[in-house]
Amino acid sequence: MDTQTLLVYLAKASYFLAAVLFILGIKRMSSPVTARKGIVQAGIGMVVATLATFAITGGHNLWLIVAGIAIGVVPTWLWGKKVAMTDMPQMVALFNGMGGGSAAAIGAGELLKFTQAGAAVPPLATLALAVIGALIGSISMTGSIIAWAKLDGRMDKRFTFAGQQFVNFAVFAAAVLVGAAIVFWKLDANLVVVFFLLALAFGVLMTLPIGGADMPVVISLYNALTGLAVAFEGYVMQIEALIIAGTVVGAAGTFLTQLMAKAMNRPISNVLFSNFGGGGGGEEIAGSQKPIEASDAASLLYLADKVIIVPGYGMAVAQAQHKIWELSQALIKAGKDVKFAIHPVAGRMPGHMNVLLAEAGVPYDLIADMEDINPEFKTCDVAIVIGANDVVNPAAKTDKSSPIYGMPILDVVDARQVIVIKRGKGTGFAGIENALFYQDNTRMLYADGKEAASRLIAELKAIDGGGH
Amino acid sequence: MIDGFLALYIFMLAAFTGKEVIARVPVILHTPLMSGSNFVHGIVLVGAMVALAHAESPLAIAIGFIGVVLGAGNAAGGYVVTERMLEMFKSSKDAKKD
Repeated sequence: MDTQTLLVYLAKASYFLAAVLFILGIKRMSSPVTARKGIVQAGIGMVVATLATFAITGGHNLWLIVAGIAIGVVPTWLWGKKVAMTDMPQMVALFNGMGGGSAAAIGAGELLKFTQAGAAVPPLATLALAVIGALIGSISMTGSIIAWAKLDGRMDKRFTFAGQQFVNFAVFAAAVLVGAAIVFWKLDANLVVVFFLLALAFGVLMTLPIGGADMPVVISLYNALTGLAVAFEGYVMQIEALIIAGTVVGAAGTFLTQLMAKAMNRPISNVLFSNFGGGGGGEEIAGSQKPIEASDAASLLYLADKVIIVPGYGMAVAQAQHKIWELSQALIKAGKDVKFAIHPVAGRMPGHMNVLLAEAGVPYDLIADMEDINPEFKTCDVAIVIGANDVVNPAAKTDKSSPIYGMPILDVVDARQVIVIKRGKGTGFAGIENALFYQDNTRMLYADGKEAASRLIAELKAIDGGGH
Repeated sequence: MIDGFLALYIFMLAAFTGKEVIARVPVILHTPLMSGSNFVHGIVLVGAMVALAHAESPLAIAIGFIGVVLGAGNAAGGYVVTERMLEMFKSSKDAKKD
């Protein structure tokens, strides 16, 4: 066996090891106890696979490869280290877009090679998968960039025009037709260029009309798409690690997307093809919102035995998670039972609230999922809603004309007393009124989340001090 | 050479594996898991490296180089962000230990 054959064997063995580490890593990441080990394990797999690749590239363009890796790694590593926890969703979108772009670039390079004069005609499956992978990767790249820009506040939330769906469909159909022409008719460089332009444009067009509330599902979908693109280009390049890792992520990502869409009671087709958040709809609500001062709210908390805190996107915007945890610690110290109730789609991504609370130091066993906590609202003295709106709106259960009818909600309505911390009287993402805010046992504490929590902590101290 | 039906079987088995390994994920881990799987498809870097190593013409080299930069960014950024999120998952027991 000569050296080169040996090196290829070594690389193939490393890819096998990497595939095993990726699957075990993802498995471990789906349990809170082992999650931290999981990412480290997957990381080791990545390093092993990358180093092993140098064994089969044979030194050709070596310094370009090293430079490319350095240019890719250093800025993203530093940026990822210092970005605020509240900005994590858009970072995931951005890094996902880069992966899609990389897969599309592999497809572009291979297609270009096939079109050169004198090149061997590739097998049909190879050519077809190169085209499909490039299509999906391109859509995922530009789509993710738009999702990033929207979540990062760099772009107006929604962008719609008359006949938009028709235009989108036409662009997509054109991309598919040109792709099919490349596969079945003519391997032509000009066609390849047109194909990529159409695919990249479709990613942008598809994401423009989607509102912020649906972004989690969209990012998850693009994550799954990038996985698939990687798997297909992996087949073209004949690298097993790409096929396995890409397919596993494609399948896991698709499943995760379904879980999220289900939690929002919105079929994926609705997220992608209907415009949500137009407002209006729903019944008129009688009564008025009743305000409360921080001192009175603190008294209610002082008298309560069981308190459930319901955070939403407003808490993330106000960066109030640390103050809220401080408030909870004060309540726990006073002997009260405190829990956090998390709606599956609270915030901009499923689990977004958990990440923020974890950042503030809240142990995960104080944090409860919707199914577990819902029966407990009946026995809860005070529920504090901070920056959440649509996910606690009882109209989802009672009002058939409401746009959010059928979405599972947190049953905050059942609590004996509800305190809603909110900046003003505005509506949530869905743009609809919330009957919870008008209930007899609901009091509105109009303030920025962070400021409200600070005032509650101070008032609680004052009550405690005065009692002794 | 992975070809034809063998490739189809690999796709099928890997797809079932992907669905099964995360079937029992709790909601609190949805975002970190999405981020973690986002990191795993950063393996595309390996494909881009091979593509760049085989590139001859200036255009092919430029495309391959872009692929390597983007793939490396996906892997590095995906890892850092996931690791930072998961670092914070501690139970009350762990918190006392620290």
